[in-house]
Amino acid sequence: MRWLALLLGLFAATAAAAQEEVVSGVSQDRISITANFEGSDLLVYGAIKRETPIPDTGLLQVIITLEGPSGPIVVRRKSRQMGIWVNTSSVEVDNAPSFYAVAATAPLEYILSQTEDLRHKISVPQKIRSVGAPQDVMDSPAFTDALIRIRQDEGIYGAAESGTELKDSTLFSATFDLPANLVEGNYVTRIYLLRNRHVLTSDQSTIYVRKVGIERWLYTLAQQQPAAYGILALVLAGLAGWAASEAFRLLRR
Amino acid sequence: MQIYLPIAEVSVSAFLLFGIGGLVGILSGLFGVGGGFLITPLLFFIGVPPTVAVATGANQVVASSISGVLAHLKRRSVDIRMGVVLLVGGLAGSAIGIWVFNLLSRLGQIDLTVQLAYVLFLGLIGLLMLQESVRAMRRARSGTAPRVKRHHHTWVHNLPLKMKFRTSGLFISVIPPLIVGAFVGLLAAIMGVGGGFIMVPAMIYLLGMPTKVVIGTSLFQIIFVTSFTTFMHALTNQSVDLMLALLLILGGVVGAQVGTRIGARLNAEQLRVLLALLVLAVCIKIALDLLIEPNELYSLAKVKS
Repeated sequence: MRWLALLLGLFAATAAAAQEEVVSGVSQDRISITANFEGSDLLVYGAIKRETPIPDTGLLQVIITLEGPSGPIVVRRKSRQMGIWVNTSSVEVDNAPSFYAVAATAPLEYILSQTEDLRHKISVPQKIRSVGAPQDVMDSPAFTDALIRIRQDEGIYGAAESGTELKDSTLFSATFDLPANLVEGNYVTRIYLLRNRHVLTSDQSTIYVRKVGIERWLYTLAQQQPAAYGILALVLAGLAGWAASEAFRLLRR
Repeated sequence: MQIYLPIAEVSVSAFLLFGIGGLVGILSGLFGVGGGFLITPLLFFIGVPPTVAVATGANQVVASSISGVLAHLKRRSVDIRMGVVLLVGGLAGSAIGIWVFNLLSRLGQIDLTVQLAYVLFLGLIGLLMLQESVRAMRRARSGTAPRVKRHHHTWVHNLPLKMKFRTSGLFISVIPPLIVGAFVGLLAAIMGVGGGFIMVPAMIYLLGMPTKVVIGTSLFQIIFVTSFTTFMHALTNQSVDLMLALLLILGGVVGAQVGTRIGARLNAEQLRVLLALLVLAVCIKIALDLLIEPNELYSLAKVKS
């Protein structure tokens, strides 16, 4: 009978854990990059829905991440050749997000186990995928470290300063500062609930970041109709040059 | 007021761009240079990616050259036939330049090439200008007449395919202008400049053209070479940023008017010394970036999909 009680107890515990669900929202699910875009704030908020009382099996923690569109990146390293600093070696990182921020209720190393980090790819180094380095580069981790360092300095990777606020193990919110140098694409925000350094459940939503108006028009034209775009650039330059010369002539009179 | 540049994908102050355009416009009004050699490195400094800076710089030079050449056409100081010959060479050079530019971009050495080209040519032209203007100032002070260069026969005059250039009063082979044009076209494509500061001395000293037609003719062919360069960059790299170009051109137009007015009041020789020092300062800044160990040895570049 004892084993049955144990099994029932275990079942109850997992059921309780599964009964904690995330209900979340974002302050804006569409961000428009206009000509005078100066960056934006994004508020991610939500609550934890449960049918049962708050389990007392460890403190509840919340991690919220915001990830920009990913793409391959070449990391180049300079070295001194004949007295000047030249790019000499490079490593291609297959996939690195253009923006990544983590907001958590406590520092990640205290609330997230390494295996869970590997599984869910939450911390910044886990987000960067580098498959193979060329034969002549022996220290490829130095290149991925450099990628993270440079992007942290630019403020596009890293921890959101405010972190995540959690009230009564139920209500949570985090604010992300989106920089003015935002790349367009689909941004994904993920919310992880953790207890005892394990991820219980997660939820995600997408934020659409798009260039709009003249930005959109110019970018699309440049990409899809490069010949027309080139001619437009020349016509505008020609008109401006002609207008300037006429203005000069009128002023000289 | 920040403005988001759609191609460069950076956000910069519109006033800063207007200011850069204006500053270069003032210089072009004062000295008759296109100003591409200053705009491109200034754009590097404020964080515009090199490929965008080079292509957009070329677009800005188109506008300022058209503005300049219209004034010269009215004064009949454009040798159109010579311009066309230089242009034929220029287009060939430009096509090779675009090819070299794309090749070096792929190899990750484009920044280095552009920087080296700048150090070399800015240094050379800056020093020549400084020497020339210091000498002119000394001459003006001592009151002696400038030494007139004799028109003498060189190997240039023995080449085949001779052609008559009436406006310049020359009867020479088309080969030297073709080569000069090709060389300047190559530089224009790689450095994003019109190449006027190389073309002008080459026309005077290598081709023996009279000084009064040199600037107009140089501007005439620069329009076409930089138009071609702009178009090719737009076509192959999608790297011309119209928003950026427009702000630079607007600043440049206003600046050029201011420059012309200042120029009318000030001592030309002293101003030329100042320009020479400015050119050398840009050259030294770029050279130091190459020579001093950078804080960050690593750099990132997007891979074109």
